[in-house]
Amino acid sequence: MTESPAVECCDLRKSFGGVRAVNAVSFALARGQFMALLGPSGCGKTTVLRLIAGLERPDAGQVRINGEVMSDGAAIVPPNRRRVGMVFQSYALFPHMTVAQNVGYGLPGGDGRARRVAEMLALVGLRGLDERHPAELSGGQQQRVALARALAPQPDILLLDEPFSNLDVALRSQVREDVQRILKQAGVSAILVTHDQDEAMSMADCMGVMFDGAIVQTGAPRALYDDPATRRVAEFLGEANALPGEARGDVAATALGDLALRRPARGAVDVLIRAEQIALAGPGQGVPAAVTRVMYYGTHQHVWAALDDGATVIKARCAPDAPWRAGERVALRVSGPVAAFPAGESAPP
Amino acid sequence: MTQTSWVDTRTVLLLVSLPLTGLLLLPTAYLVARAGGVGLAEAVDYLARSGTLRIMGRSVLLVAATVGASVLIGVPAAWLTTRTDLRGRRWWTILLTVPLVIPSYVGAFALVGALGPRGMLQGALEPLGVERLPSIYGFWGAWLAVTLFSYPYVFLSARAGLRQIDPALEEASATLGRSGLATFRHVTLPQLAPSIVAGALLVALYTLSDFGAVSIMQYNVFTRAIYLRLSLNLDLAALLSLVLVAFTVALLVISARAERRTHPATGRTHGAPRRVALGRWAWAAWAFCAAVVALALVAPLGVMAYWLVNGVQQGETLRDVFAPLQRSLRAAAVAAGASGLLALPFVFLQVRYPGALSHLVARAAYVGYALPGVVVALSFVFLGANTLSVLNDLLGLSSYRTFALLIAAYVVRFLAQAIGPARAALLQVNPHLEESGLLLGRGRVHVFATVTLPLMRSGVVAGVALVFLTVMKELPVTLLLAPSGYDTLATRIWSASSEAFYARAAAPALVLVALSALSLVYVLEPDD
Repeated sequence: MTESPAVECCDLRKSFGGVRAVNAVSFALARGQFMALLGPSGCGKTTVLRLIAGLERPDAGQVRINGEVMSDGAAIVPPNRRRVGMVFQSYALFPHMTVAQNVGYGLPGGDGRARRVAEMLALVGLRGLDERHPAELSGGQQQRVALARALAPQPDILLLDEPFSNLDVALRSQVREDVQRILKQAGVSAILVTHDQDEAMSMADCMGVMFDGAIVQTGAPRALYDDPATRRVAEFLGEANALPGEARGDVAATALGDLALRRPARGAVDVLIRAEQIALAGPGQGVPAAVTRVMYYGTHQHVWAALDDGATVIKARCAPDAPWRAGERVALRVSGPVAAFPAGESAPP
Repeated sequence: MTQTSWVDTRTVLLLVSLPLTGLLLLPTAYLVARAGGVGLAEAVDYLARSGTLRIMGRSVLLVAATVGASVLIGVPAAWLTTRTDLRGRRWWTILLTVPLVIPSYVGAFALVGALGPRGMLQGALEPLGVERLPSIYGFWGAWLAVTLFSYPYVFLSARAGLRQIDPALEEASATLGRSGLATFRHVTLPQLAPSIVAGALLVALYTLSDFGAVSIMQYNVFTRAIYLRLSLNLDLAALLSLVLVAFTVALLVISARAERRTHPATGRTHGAPRRVALGRWAWAAWAFCAAVVALALVAPLGVMAYWLVNGVQQGETLRDVFAPLQRSLRAAAVAAGASGLLALPFVFLQVRYPGALSHLVARAAYVGYALPGVVVALSFVFLGANTLSVLNDLLGLSSYRTFALLIAAYVVRFLAQAIGPARAALLQVNPHLEESGLLLGRGRVHVFATVTLPLMRSGVVAGVALVFLTVMKELPVTLLLAPSGYDTLATRIWSASSEAFYARAAAPALVLVALSALSLVYVLEPDD
């Protein structure tokens, strides 16, 4: 008998006042895995999290945690009996309690409690701050207290609702690294909800992309980035140029020449070329174009170049060293295979 | 599945709140039913014969005169203390606010104690052969007693309004070439108007529902007329009550209209307004403030002190105050505690489970609060005299006037005061905090006790304190429903000053004013 998944959602549905927030969501998360639910704001990803936690009652569908049915239609196990930990966007630290009291809130009384609190504070690197109140901590420290509090009772699963969005950009990447390390160390299965694709791809073992209440595609970050199921997924995951083309099996003819396709296709298509797939070179080494605009970021630069047809502008992501200037003549080349979608498939608004 | 569904909290709250809502609405419903049973033609005839038009006329006159005088005192006082270089602005603000804590019947007692028959003035003039003074009773007495202790509503409201107006607007007017006076008329005053209207509405409602002052001043407006009919003709008292309620509702509707017509400002800059230098008018401003404080604060306190000393000399002992004080404290404490407790399900339903039903249930708590006290008292008299009589026979009680009924009436009347601050406090508590508690494996009751309640405690305490202080001062409900012999500070002051035993009223009045002064904590803004 195989081990049941940490979390399993089957055909979950939830409406609020006639608006379908979650529509037929199904997925499974293997134990010890870290999953990211990625989608634009308002796509229903937080509602999925709250349904798993038992904070909302599903209209229909099942939630199973470690194989046990937690909700089946209207009959549900209350949140306090689910062994689910949650880190809220606002952290939701009890303002009238100290750090130690916050972390110990979900633990049974007795000698074990103080020991476990100390253990958790050590894990998140907050030793010595036991007696502080949440208001006396920095944003990053508050976030780690919330994490320690949620992990202290050793939940079967940890849910993280946009936990990094209240942090300064400068602090964010450091905190992400810390959280990923802590979660792996704790060995807990976790679901992260975010609208930030960098965050989702860099942290998670697997991810689900959600639009309009439904999960459109699940898989490993690399698989989703390279082989998106729809044009909308492709464009949500990273910068891409869309070009009309004519597919003939393994290649498609476009304004940038014949491009190798990731999957064979036939007929009118839109090909999506990632900005980093475009290489710029001196005139004569590819499709001729003229630079129209450059934005320099230090680590890389974005270069926009207009093809000689006058209608097509291509965005390229290049190494920072070449000093391209607006007006300069260049040549464009595409490296690697590209994704193609049937022409006219709706682009994101 | 290891667990089945659990009863959801909203259902529990509704199960608790709905019967309570019924209780809150029952007396009013009973009153309406009773008056409705009279029949329209008969009702019109009744009202016409009993001089209802004259009662209406007096009520309208008193409201208009009180509101007018309150605006004339309150608005200039607010302007002087916020926008000028008047010396001692902070102290004047406090002194001009304090009269609010003097219940109108205590103020009326002070007035008749000074100017009424056997009062201070007559006592001083008697050796000179003056036998009779022009009567203080009637319109003038009632007008003075209500105005002097309710103008602070306009004062406070206008102050808040003046402090909210963006100083940049007045500066813009000045840069556009307008004089100070023109700016005040065309820029400041139109923006201040909603605040003045709001304060004036409070004064109007206060005047319309006031019972103590008009009774002591023997001015026959609605509340006193209802009280006087009570022992003669209950149906007529019920009809008069309904007319009074209609007046109250009309006032509320007018104010809601006025509020909708306001134009909110588009932007806001922060900064202190320029203060007008009073120059040689400083003495006049000072004299104005001093005169108001002298009339509304110093004189009443002085009169009370005079009669206190007088009473002690005549052999009144302070021990006589002790028993009524104890009764007042007991009734207020029980009513405040009950209100604080009963407010919780209402507050939770309204804040955590909003919806049409929750809204309706929450509104019910405000019905008793919006009604004049004498109307609530009357409805309980009906309820007690008729419906409960069967119960009384069963329980072997001789009268419906029981302590429990008194407390129930207080709760119906003042539950809204406990709900207000508690609701504001719960709105500040992020629901994610409670959800965190649940997800950490704790039950709802445990989470409520360890997370929600500690965080909203100050609001609950503030609400309970407000109810406590208000019940201490309450007169009509206490007068009509307290068990016989259960006289409190309020009823003692009322009966003593009605019968011109001023010395007997002085000590309870001073104790009551001192206790009421505590409520100032909630009225005065901390910064100035």
